[in-house]
Amino acid sequence: MAVRGRGGCCPRMDLLRSEAMQLVQIIIPIESAHRTISYLGDLGLFQFKDLNAEKSPFQRTYATQLKRCGEMARKLRFFKEHMTKAGLSPSKKINSEADIVLDNLEVKLGELEAELIEMNANSENLQRAYNELLEYKLVLEKAGEFFYKAQSRATDQQREFEAQNIGEGSIDSPLLLEQEMSIDFSKQVKLGFTCGLVPREKSMAFERILFRATRGNVYLNQVAVTDPVVDPASGEKVEKNVFVVFYSGEKAKNKILKICEAFGANRYPFADEIGKRFQMIYKVSGRISELKTTIDAGLLHRNNLLQTIACQSEQWNLLVKKEKSVYHKLNMLSMDVTKKCLVAEGWCPTFATKQIQDALQRATFDSNSQVGAIFQVLHTQESPPTYFRTNKFTSSFQEIVDAYGIAKYQEANPGVFTIITFPFLFAVMFGDWGHGICLLLATLYLIMQEKKFSGQKLGDILEMTFGGRYVILLMSLFSIYTGLVYNEFFSIPFELFGPSAYACRDLSCRDATTEGLIKVRRTYPFGVDPVWHGTRSELPFLNSLKMKMSILLGVAQMNLGIILSYFNAKFFGSSLNVWYQFIPQMIFLNSLFGYLSLLIIVKWCTGSQADLYHIMIYMFLRPTDDLGENQLFPGQKTLQLVLLLLALIAVPWMLFPKPFLLKKQHEKRHQGQSYAPLHVTDDSIDLEEHHDSHGSHGHEFEFSEVFVHQLIHTIEFVLGAVSNTASYLRLWALSLAHSELSSVFYEKVLLLAWGFNNVIILIVGIIVFVFATVGVLLVMETLSAFLHALRLHWVEFQNKFYEGDGYKFQPFSFAILNDDDD
Amino acid sequence: MYGFEAMTFNVHSGYLEAIVRGYRSGLLTAADYNNLCQCETLDDIKMHLTATEYGPYLQNEPSPLHTTTIVEKCTLKLVDEYKHMLCQATEPLSTFLEYITYGHMIDNVVLIVTGTLHERDVQELLEKCHPLGMFDSIATLAVAQNMRELYRLVLVDTPLAPYFSECITSEDLDDMNIEIMRNTLYKAYLEDFYRFCRKLGGATAEIMSDLLSFEADRRAVNITINSIGTELTREDRKKLYSSFGLLYPYGHEELAACEDIDQVRAVMEKYPPYQSIFSKLSYGESQLLDKAFYEEEVKRLCLSFEQQFHFGVFFAYMRLKEQEIRNLMWISECVAQNQKSRVHDSVVFIF
Repeated sequence: MAVRGRGGCCPRMDLLRSEAMQLVQIIIPIESAHRTISYLGDLGLFQFKDLNAEKSPFQRTYATQLKRCGEMARKLRFFKEHMTKAGLSPSKKINSEADIVLDNLEVKLGELEAELIEMNANSENLQRAYNELLEYKLVLEKAGEFFYKAQSRATDQQREFEAQNIGEGSIDSPLLLEQEMSIDFSKQVKLGFTCGLVPREKSMAFERILFRATRGNVYLNQVAVTDPVVDPASGEKVEKNVFVVFYSGEKAKNKILKICEAFGANRYPFADEIGKRFQMIYKVSGRISELKTTIDAGLLHRNNLLQTIACQSEQWNLLVKKEKSVYHKLNMLSMDVTKKCLVAEGWCPTFATKQIQDALQRATFDSNSQVGAIFQVLHTQESPPTYFRTNKFTSSFQEIVDAYGIAKYQEANPGVFTIITFPFLFAVMFGDWGHGICLLLATLYLIMQEKKFSGQKLGDILEMTFGGRYVILLMSLFSIYTGLVYNEFFSIPFELFGPSAYACRDLSCRDATTEGLIKVRRTYPFGVDPVWHGTRSELPFLNSLKMKMSILLGVAQMNLGIILSYFNAKFFGSSLNVWYQFIPQMIFLNSLFGYLSLLIIVKWCTGSQADLYHIMIYMFLRPTDDLGENQLFPGQKTLQLVLLLLALIAVPWMLFPKPFLLKKQHEKRHQGQSYAPLHVTDDSIDLEEHHDSHGSHGHEFEFSEVFVHQLIHTIEFVLGAVSNTASYLRLWALSLAHSELSSVFYEKVLLLAWGFNNVIILIVGIIVFVFATVGVLLVMETLSAFLHALRLHWVEFQNKFYEGDGYKFQPFSFAILNDDDD
Repeated sequence: MYGFEAMTFNVHSGYLEAIVRGYRSGLLTAADYNNLCQCETLDDIKMHLTATEYGPYLQNEPSPLHTTTIVEKCTLKLVDEYKHMLCQATEPLSTFLEYITYGHMIDNVVLIVTGTLHERDVQELLEKCHPLGMFDSIATLAVAQNMRELYRLVLVDTPLAPYFSECITSEDLDDMNIEIMRNTLYKAYLEDFYRFCRKLGGATAEIMSDLLSFEADRRAVNITINSIGTELTREDRKKLYSSFGLLYPYGHEELAACEDIDQVRAVMEKYPPYQSIFSKLSYGESQLLDKAFYEEEVKRLCLSFEQQFHFGVFFAYMRLKEQEIRNLMWISECVAQNQKSRVHDSVVFIF
C-alpha cells in the first residue's frame, strides 16, 4: 500500500502521503525578476523562503516600491471610504482591460485623489456656509418668536399698567422690558444682547458659567431646537439650543463673547425690529436655496467622479495587492554579488517542476531578457513542508486533522480515514434517522447555495457550518443509517423492514415486558426490533448492544492506527519500529482487547449467557482457574494463558530493545564517520549552513533521553490500551443520552400535550417540542457528538501513529490574495 | 485586607487587569526601537509602526507625515485604550483611573492660562492640550484674569477644585504665579492620590506608595533645581514639596536650603535608591538628570507588573505608554531633522 511515491510505477498516494517536495533555487536576472515572481504567483505552487530574515523591512531591496504600494492602497481605501459615504458599492465585475502599468496607476490615483480632495474641500466650504445659514435662520425664527412673545406680553402689561396706574416694579414684569417700561429715562440702561446656538449638552454648563462670570447680571433665554442641527464646524448632527443673552456693559460683553467662543456657541447678528427681521429671514432663505443648488451640483459632480472610480477600484485594488505581494516576495530574495540577478530559494512539489520551468521561460521571453532564469534543485536535510492536494470535499476533513497538527512530511495522513470514520463515529452517537434527515436538509441547503455563499462574508457560526458542509453531509447520511440500525425516528420505532419477530403468546403479556413474548417470525432483518421499544428490558438490551459495539469499533480503529504506524515505519525504512514497536503493540492490544472483541462476537453468534466481565477480570486474577459456566468455546483457558503470556512479553519487548539498538546504530555510524568524512557528499551545494538540519545525523545521541522517551511511550501505550478502550464507551454513553433525551421530549412534551385534547395546549406542546428538538437535539447534541468524535480521532486514533510535527506548504499565490481581504 | 486580594480582586477588576496586561505586551520592544532608530525618513517610521499595535491608527495617514501626526495618532491610541478601560471599570478602580488623568488636567490648565497670558489663540492652545486632561469647560479658562476667578468660574466644577484651596489669591496671573500654582496643585494632587491609594490598601497601597513617592521625590528635586537662582524663598520652596516620599521630611529641609546643583546632589546621595541615579552623572550636570530619572521610573513601573491583583499596573501602563510616545516623538524628531546621532540621547527603552 505505502510504497515510496518516487518511482512512476507506484500507485499515487495523493491524500495518504503528502506531495513529494523539493528545495529549489532559482537565479533570476534582475530585469525579469518582477515578471517571474508574478507568473509564479499566478501558478501558486512555490513557497519562497525568506533569505533576508535578518534585515529589517525598510532595509530590503524593494522597500520603496512597497511603500509606494502602501500609499496607493491608502488612496484606494480613501476612495472606498468616500464611496461608502456616497452609497456607491464598487462594481464586482473585473473588466480585463489591457494590464495597467503600476506607474501610470500611481499617477492616476494621485490625480484622482487630489481632485477628490479639492472637491471635498469646496463642498465642505459650501456646506459650512449652508449650515451656518440654516442655523442663522433657526436663530431668527426662534429668537424672533421669543421677542414677539415678550413684546406682546409687554404691551399687555403696559396696557394693564396704564389701566391700573400702579407704580413700576411689578415682580413678574419681564426683565427686558425695563427699558420700554421705564418712564424715567435717566434710569434707562442700554441693554445689549447677542444670540446664537449652543450644543444642548453644554447648555447647562454654559448657563452656569455665564451666570458666574457676570455675577448674575445676565438674562439668558434658551429654546430647544427640536431636530438635530448640523454643526457647521464639525459637520456632525448635534442637538442644539437657541439662546438669547441680555447683558449690560462692555466688560460683560467681552466676557460673554469669550465664553461663547469657548463653548463653541455660534453667534449671529440679529435685529430687534420685526420688519428688518422678516427681511433678513427672506434674504437668508433666498441664499439657502441658492447654496443648495450649488451644493447639489457639486455633489452630482463628485458622485460622477466616484462612479468612475467605483467602476475600476476593485480592479485597481487587486492590482495593488498583487504588486505589493510580488514586492514582498522580491524582498525575500537575496541579491547576487554582481547585483545582476536575484537568488530565490523555496519549496515546490516535484510534480510542478515542469510548470515552474515553463513559467520561468515565459517570463524570460515576455520581458525580453537575454538571459533565462536558472532553475536547480538543491539537496537538503531540512524537512520539507507538507502539502496535500485537497478538493472542496476533502479539505474540510483535512482541516480536522490539521487542527491537531500538520502531518510530518510524507507520513501517513489520518485525513484519508477520517473522511469515513469521523462521520461514522459521530453517527454512532447521533443515531436517529429523523434527526439525520433534518441535518441532511440543512446541509443540502448549504450545498445548494454553495456558489452564492462562497463569494460572500458570512457570520462566524454560519461560516463554520458552511466550511464543514460536506462533513455535516456525511454525518447526516451516517446518522440516518445508524438511526435505522437503532430503529429510532424522533425516538419512535417503525416497522420499516417487515413486522416484528416477536408477538404475545397470550393476552397476559400486555404489561410491557419481554417475558411473555415468543418468537413467531424470522429475526427482524435490519437493526433493532421495534418491539424492544418501551419494554422494561429496553435499556439493558440496548446498553449491552451499544457498549459491545463501541468496544468493537474502538478496537478496530485502534488497530487501524497501529497498522498505519507499520506503514509509516515501512515508508521511512525503519525496521526497528516494525519489529520493536509495531509488532509488540499489535500483540499487546489484540491479546487483551482483541480477545475481548472475539469473545463479544462469539457470544453474539452463539447466544451464550457467559459473563464477559468475569472472564476478562479473572483472566488476570486467576488465569489458571477453570472457567466453568463462562466458557464460550473449548480450549478457551489455554488460549487465555497464551494471550496473557504474550501480553506480558510484549511490554518489555516494547521497552528495552529499541533504545539499545538505537545506541548501537549510532555508535556504528559514528565509527563509520571517522573513516568516511565525506559522508555528506550529496550536500555538494553548500548553501545549507543556515538551514538547521533535521536529519538524525546532526543530533547528539543521548541514551538516557532516548530510554526515558521509550519508557514514557511504553507506559503510555500500555495504560492507553485500557483507557482508550474505555474511552470508546463514550460512543455508547452519548448515543444513550441522545435517545433518552429525544424520548423524553417526545413523551413528556408531545404526547403529554396530545393527551389534554386541547388545541392550544397542543400547539404550545408542538412549539416546545420543535424548539427542544432543534435547540437541544439538533444543535447542542450535534456539537457534543462532534466534539467527542473529534476527541476519539485526535487522541485515541492518532496517538497510535501520528507525529503531526510538520509545517504546512504555503505557496505564494495570487488566488488566495482575495480571500484574506481586510 | 492585605494578602487576600487573590480571593476577590478578579470579581471586579480581573477582566481589566487582563486587558491592561494585554495592552502592555503591545508596547514596543528594544528590537522595535532598534529598528526605529535605523529609519531614514518618517515614512520608514510609519512603515515600521504599521507593523505594530499602532497599525490601524497610522495606516490611513497620507504620505508626507509630520512628527505631530505620529504623536497625535499614538496618543489617540492611548486615549482610546484609557477610555475603554474607564468604561469597563467599577469602583474603586474607576476613581483610580480618573486620578491618573488629574496630572494632565493640571498641565492643561496651566498651559491654557499661560497661553492666554501671552495672548495665544484659544483654539490653538486647545489643540496642544493632552486629550487625557480635557474637561468640559476647559476653554473658558481663557476668561479668567486671576486665580480667584479661575477657581470660581471654571475649576470649581472639576475634580481639581479641592486642590485649589491653597492657592486662591487675588493677584493677577503672571508666569511665576502660574508656575507656583502648578506645583501647588501638583503637590495637592499627589498627596490626595497618595491618600487614596493608602486607603485602598493591600498590594495597591504598597506599590502605588512606592511609585508616587518616587514621583514626589523627583518633583522635589526638579523644583529645587528649577528654583535655584529665582526669588523663591526657602520657605516658599519648601511649601511646594509633597508631604510624603523618601525625602520627607528631613530631605526636604536640606533640599530647601540648596543653592546649586552640587548641593542637591550631596543631599540626594544620602538616599541609597537615588545614589545610583546621581552616580551616573558627572558633577555640575543637570541635562541628563531627566533621562536618568525617567529610566529609573520606567524600571520601577515595569516591576509593578511582576505582582498581581493591584491597581498599580494601570498607573504603570499609562505612564509607560506616555514614555513610549515621548520616545517616538524624540525618534521622529531626530529623523525628521536629520539628527540621527542624537537619537539615543533621550530614548528610554522600556523592555
